[in-house]
Amino acid sequence: MNSAKVETKKNPIVRLLTMNTSGQTSGRSLPLWRQILLQIICVAILLSVMFPIMYIVTLSFSPKTTRPSTLELIPKEISFIAYQQVLDRPTGNPVTFIELLKNSVFLSVGVGLAALVIAVTAAYAFSRLKFKLREILMILVFIPLLMPAVGLSTPLYLLLNQIQIKQCAGNQVAIQPFTSCGGEAKGKLVFNLRDSLLGVGIAMTATALPFAVWNLKGYLDTIPKELEEAAAIDGADTNQTFWQIVIPLAAPQLAVTFFLGFIGHWQEFVTTWLFLSQPKDYTLAMTLYNMTGQYANSVPWNRFAAMAVIVALPVAIVYIGLQKQIVGGLTTGGVKG
Amino acid sequence: MEIAKSSKKKTQWKRASLPYFYLLPAFLVMGVITFYPLIYQLIISFTNFESKDLLLGLKSPDLQFIGFKNYVDIFTAALPVENFNFFRVLEFNFWWALSNVMLHVPAGVLIATLLNTEGLWLKRIYRAIYILPVVVPPLVVATVWTNIFDERYGAMNQLLTSIGTYFGNTAPVYIRWFEDVKPPIPGFLPGAPLTLAYYAMMVANFWLGWPFMSVVATGALQSIPRDLYEAASIDGATGTQQFWGITVPLLRPAMIPAAVYGFTLSFNLFNFVFFMTGGGPARSTELLVTFAYNLVRNLRWYGVAAAFAVIIFVVALIVFLITNRITRATQNYQEA
Repeated sequence: MNSAKVETKKNPIVRLLTMNTSGQTSGRSLPLWRQILLQIICVAILLSVMFPIMYIVTLSFSPKTTRPSTLELIPKEISFIAYQQVLDRPTGNPVTFIELLKNSVFLSVGVGLAALVIAVTAAYAFSRLKFKLREILMILVFIPLLMPAVGLSTPLYLLLNQIQIKQCAGNQVAIQPFTSCGGEAKGKLVFNLRDSLLGVGIAMTATALPFAVWNLKGYLDTIPKELEEAAAIDGADTNQTFWQIVIPLAAPQLAVTFFLGFIGHWQEFVTTWLFLSQPKDYTLAMTLYNMTGQYANSVPWNRFAAMAVIVALPVAIVYIGLQKQIVGGLTTGGVKG
Repeated sequence: MEIAKSSKKKTQWKRASLPYFYLLPAFLVMGVITFYPLIYQLIISFTNFESKDLLLGLKSPDLQFIGFKNYVDIFTAALPVENFNFFRVLEFNFWWALSNVMLHVPAGVLIATLLNTEGLWLKRIYRAIYILPVVVPPLVVATVWTNIFDERYGAMNQLLTSIGTYFGNTAPVYIRWFEDVKPPIPGFLPGAPLTLAYYAMMVANFWLGWPFMSVVATGALQSIPRDLYEAASIDGATGTQQFWGITVPLLRPAMIPAAVYGFTLSFNLFNFVFFMTGGGPARSTELLVTFAYNLVRNLRWYGVAAAFAVIIFVVALIVFLITNRITRATQNYQEA
């Protein structure tokens, strides 16, 4: 009884928010006035969350090609014309939407898979096996993680740029840096690894790989060891244990690591924008940037909005499907390592 | 006897070397595409590498080793770049990350607490919708907010205009979010003026940031045993006392790693700055990563860019050592 009196003297906002923080205390119901107040706060937050989403969705369903002059947050009509136009002709260049999609999928799925496959055995070794250089090698894997992708892009740009295929005079082909056209003859550039999807994929894998090792190790650490120990008693060696016990057990987490890589590289912008110069290699993320702000003087905003929705959807779907695993992985597996 | 011994030795050697075979694929690939470039970067950071050296690399005849000149130029603002001062960028970068986390974490915890209130109607719907900002790719978020803050057609100015009409102000609001150089609160951060663009980015990043913290806090809140609250109630603790005495300390082990994660994420938040302001106006919102990008892509001073990346690495290492210490300290707290 006494506590109720003390409570009223406290800051009303704190009091309002701090009741029953466990959410499970005995079944007293919320007084109506407090329910209404909390509902008002909840709705206000809801509106702030929905504001940009409704704005962009409304814009994407608008048939108007002029820029918005007044604020509209609820679609007055549903028109798919912007989506249609974006799918037909996404940029000013003769690149089809399918090609852009293919490039994005190639990079995000390719890098996600490559990093996963190369990383998994190393992650297992770090998680389960004992060997002399374990600590030092683990630090070595960890070092590149400190470097933001931008920081590693300079040397990768320079190194990949030195690998070129050239067509020399007299139909000879030179592969730099191993062979060259000889003398002052420059030759016609046929292929520059830096300016290709393959090269960008390599550059992206350079930062994705240490992350995958680290992340997978965190996951593998959380798998109980009992099954492996039982297998060892039954005479299974390390290789058998790895392929027949650990891989099947870890399959869901391998999938999560792959999808984390997919989400990250689907929206990769730094390396692609820095390395690629030919419109045929552009990705969806690059196209979206081209439609934004100062670069988009002639692009109608309904098309920009439609493109934003299209780029966001695959990631949103994956994320909603794997929400628990992703958040769990980032907060426990990832940080505690 | 002799044979048996050698075969035993062989299997022993096999067993000892097995872990290295497991490491081989990753280290082979990383050796070529991660470690070698990192070393290469360190080397060219001591050179005057420019566009003309692109083809021949280190074999280029024009390439000179110039010692620490690139580093000195960066630190002493001797680069021929307008408005560039390394220490101001560094200060802004730290403040940017810190101010974001200082807003996102408390907001996330408060909203999670709010949604955990017993008997609140429509909880599930609120939870489902509040998660949406986490789900949208940050790249798309950055582009959308860029257009929202557009000075002529953007939603923010339109929203402010329509709010203004309620108060009898019919003139359209025209705020130049990304162009205005004058800081709205002068002297707020000594040495690095915070322009309107900073506040615009804060709004956008707040929208993106708190829901993640709220998800983490919700998980931690639900694992707090309810007996604690019951016992506290019996002992006469008020709601406020329970919040500070039970909820906050028990949330800390979950929130500190999340805050560290958020700090690192904001510290290198390339997309927002690059899309919304491009580092402007007058480089007031430049981060280390966006300036590094400028050096490579626009200025093409590869030697300077390499030196800058090495500096970023050292800064990141220091940040990591500090944050790691903080996380460790809270883990001990949790165990105690």
